[in-house]
Parts: sequence; structure tokens; C-alpha cells
Amino acid sequence: MLHNLSVGELAARLRLRELSSVELTRHFLGRIERLNPALNALITLTADGALAAAAAADRRLAAGERGPLLGIPLIHKDIFCTDGVRTSCGSRMLDNFIAPYDATVVARLKAAGAVMLGKANMDEFAMGSSNETSYYGPVRNPWNTAKVPGGSSGGSAAAMAARLAPFTTGTDTGGSIRQPAALTGVTGVKPTYGRVSRYGMIAFASSLDQAGVLARTAADAATVLKAIAGFDPLDSTSVDEPVPDYPAMLDAPLRGLKIGLLREFFDGLEPRNAALIHDSLKVYTSLGATTVEVSLPHLPLSVPTYYVVAPAECSSNLSRFDGVRFGYRCDQPKDLADLYKRSRGEGFGPEVKRRIMTGTYVLSAGYFDAYYLKAQKVRRLITEDFRAAFQQVDLVVGPTTPTPAFDIGAKIDDPVTMYLNDIYTIGANLAGLPGVSLPCGFVDGLPMGLQLIGPHFSEGRLLNAAHLYQQATEWHTHAPRGYD
Amino acid sequence: MSLTRQDVEKIAHLARLSITAQEMPVYVTSLSSIVDFVDELSRADVGSVEPMAHPLDTQRQRLRPDVVSETDDHEKYQRNAPSVQAGLYVVPRVIE
Repeated sequence: MLHNLSVGELAARLRLRELSSVELTRHFLGRIERLNPALNALITLTADGALAAAAAADRRLAAGERGPLLGIPLIHKDIFCTDGVRTSCGSRMLDNFIAPYDATVVARLKAAGAVMLGKANMDEFAMGSSNETSYYGPVRNPWNTAKVPGGSSGGSAAAMAARLAPFTTGTDTGGSIRQPAALTGVTGVKPTYGRVSRYGMIAFASSLDQAGVLARTAADAATVLKAIAGFDPLDSTSVDEPVPDYPAMLDAPLRGLKIGLLREFFDGLEPRNAALIHDSLKVYTSLGATTVEVSLPHLPLSVPTYYVVAPAECSSNLSRFDGVRFGYRCDQPKDLADLYKRSRGEGFGPEVKRRIMTGTYVLSAGYFDAYYLKAQKVRRLITEDFRAAFQQVDLVVGPTTPTPAFDIGAKIDDPVTMYLNDIYTIGANLAGLPGVSLPCGFVDGLPMGLQLIGPHFSEGRLLNAAHLYQQATEWHTHAPRGYD
Repeated sequence: MSLTRQDVEKIAHLARLSITAQEMPVYVTSLSSIVDFVDELSRADVGSVEPMAHPLDTQRQRLRPDVVSETDDHEKYQRNAPSVQAGLYVVPRVIE
């Protein structure tokens, strides 16, 4: 079936004109119409725009133009601004916001001829690990609709698992691509900080946020990453480094690759989950890699460090939502202070307000040194731990998450328990490192993810290692029942 | 509770957030548990480590030539505003 084919396979059919982009787009629009109501993975459908973009791609193909994404449908996380299309960021605050321009990620994929089907649900302002904080309601996991899909890119991940698009975009501030990818059995890539432009991507924590890809395979992720990565003068933190030809690097042999097993990631890990990671390592040794245990002694402090740094930056970034220039405004404000307070109090949901207040507290007079400055120092220690590890090994591995997907409602009332879900993913964000999550097996019928983390700008090597794992295994080919 | 209701009221004011009386106890409890959790950092020995504000230490802010690069699109941008008159954002009267 078309929806199980990879981006590479679909592009080949489009090139040979065995299939048109309009046919392909109709196929996915039909699936979304049929399957999305039970999942709530998409919150905006852009069917007319998609069919027009597909027809334009077909004309380009007919004129002999070639491109790896020309005519391929996708779904954008609703954090990316899309010109003329509502961009809500999962919030009541932006429920009425029609983006006046395209994010650079959106513009680059549009130029490559990719066809946007719609916008994916997400945790409000990307603050959440379960996709339960969305103003538009929770997203359900296609593997078991009583379970969360992870977050914050939960709509993007559930849409991938349910085969509603060949690929989706996501963003990762503390694990928001890798964690939902793991919990839904898809491949997710969080690039190096600064690798992909953040222009037009609604800001949460500016020193951590990074855009990336969710795909069926590492090879597809390589194709998409190549299209969206690269310098952008519109993002002051965009890195001016050449973009490697990621797809050309996929088949490099792994002989001699040194893999570090992260000791801290296995402390307290349930034996069945640990066994899946050890099985994955056997695949790597059979491919010629060697493994050695490495330790990042400060890593256990990564969650408290993150939950100071990220809320601090969020409290600053979200001060732009004031009920004046765009977004929600309360009814009948009695004065300007009332307008600010009630517009923000009514426009933001509980988790966003909690993070803004946490950030306000750690930045406030008398607490700045004890929390924010201290966290920034610990952040450097964690980063130095990674740097030391990468002098011994090429990449480090561990589980993406401590457990498979949990029940909707199980953790939403206990923020600290929810935050601990990100225990294995946050380190890469604090250090600005690239990370990949790929399916590595099942526990109780639910997918688990293997996480690879490498040095800055090692996306090519990570995708190479992920691709050769997927050539040797078939975990990434499994589809949830009813969505195959 | 590491934070009192008065603490949370002050934080909410600094953040310009209205919090209803009904919501308040939930925030006092949850923000206290978050503060207790991040207090783990106080045990870390950071010595003379420099604070890290940016993940790529070598990156420097770029400068660009001081020339006009954007067109005036204020009408398009103001279409998202709750209230606009004559190209200006309208808010409740500030000065009587």
C-alpha cells in the first residue's frame, strides 16, 4: 500500500509517472479523514492547498524536474508558521492566529515541492511529554488509543505511526521529537542546535529549541534533513556550516565504529527494556562496531537543570503574548494591567502558566544565583561530560525513554513525575548535540526506542548508524493494527 | 510547602498572569514540588565553572550591514491584532 512506502520509494514512482502527486495526496487525505477522528493527531487540514500544491508538483515533474521531495506529502507540527494558515501552537492564545509568513523549514520544503496536508496537534507551546496539554485535546497513540503518543510532537508522531503522511516535522527542546518517536515506533531526528533554522518556529526555550524530522526510516529522515538544514540569515543562532550530503553517507561501513553504552541510562531501567537495548548492541557488534561502557557523572542532574533553564527562557519568550498585537484578548478589560493579566491567564493553559511562573521565580531577585546561574553552571558540567565521552567513543547509546507509552491521564496531575519522562533525552538538548531515536522492539505490545547521540554536527554518522541498523532489523516496518 | 500562597500571588503578578482563587491551591502545590525538585541542584559542586548560556560556545553574534532589508507589511501583520485604528494598536486608556 502507498502509505507504507518510504519517501524514497514514493519519489521513484512519481519520477516514473506511475503515480501522480495528486493521487498520492488524495490517498493520504482520505486516510486522514477516516482515521484522524479517533487519534486527534491533526488539528488543521489544508486539503485544498494540498491538492493545488500537488497539481503544481505534477506539472514540475511533467516538465522533467527532479527532486527527492517533489510531490511528497507531509504534515507540519503546528509550531511552524505557515503563511495564511492558522498556526495555533496548540494554544487557545493562538487559536485565532493566521501566520503572516512561512517558517524557514516550511519555505524550504515548499520550494522542494513537498505538499502540506495539514498541521499536527502538539502540547501547548511544546510544553509537555504526553500531548495532553493541547488546547485541542489529547492525541491518542495508534498502538493503543488509551495511551499517550508522547510529546510535545505527539501529533506528528501519531500521524507517522498511523501512516497519515510519508513524513512529518517536529521540534525538540527536551526530547519532543525523540520521545514521541520512541513511543509510537517511528524514527525521529533532533539535529545539532543551530543546524536547522528556528525562524518562524514559535519559541519556547531559545538555547534548546531545534527543528527536526519524524520519518518511517533513517534514510527518509536523511533526505528531509538535507532539505531543511543549513544557514539562514533570519535566525541569529543559525550555524554557517556546509550541509553534508546525508543520504550519500547512509551506507558507510560501521567497522571500527566505537559505541559508548551510557551507564547512567541503565540505572533502574526495567530489565525487559534494558534487554532490548542490549539486543540492539548485538546488532551493532555484528556490523563491526565495538562497544564500551561510558559514564556521564553529571547526567542525573540534567532534569533539574532543564527545569530551571527551559522555564526561565519560556517566561521571557512568552512575555510577547500580551493581548495587544496578536492572539487572544480577554473581554472587557478594565485597564491595561487587567488586559495583560486576564488575556494571559485565560489564553494560556495550566502547564504553560506553571512553566512561566517557574521561570519567573528562578529569574526573580534573590533567586537568580541559586537557580538560574547554578543551572547554567551544571549545564556546562553535563556538556563537558559528553565532550569527554566523545574522546573515547564516536557515539553514545541508550534507551530513548524509561518506559513505553503510559495511560492518558496517568501523570498529568503530577508535573515532576511527568518531567522525569525526559530523563534520557534532555542531556542532548543541554549540550546542543544531535540525537536519533529508532524503533528497537516492543514491550507489552508497545514500541520502544533506541537512542543514538553524537558530537555536534555528527548527523551524517548517526543517520548512517541508524540506517544500517534498520537494514539489519525490521522493527521500523511494524504498523499498529488497523493502520497497516 | 516551599512556596506560600503569597509567594505564588507575587510570582503571578510579576508574570502578569491572572490566577483564579480556584486554581491557586493547585499552583501552590505543584510549584512547590517543582522548586523542591530543582533544589537538587544545590547539592552540585560547580566550583569555578563558567555559566553556560549557549550550547555552541564558539558561536558569535553576527553583524549585518545597516541597510533596509524588509518591506513595510504592517497591514498584513496587524490583521492578527484584536483592535487596530489608523495603523495603531488600541488598548484601554492608560493616562486619564
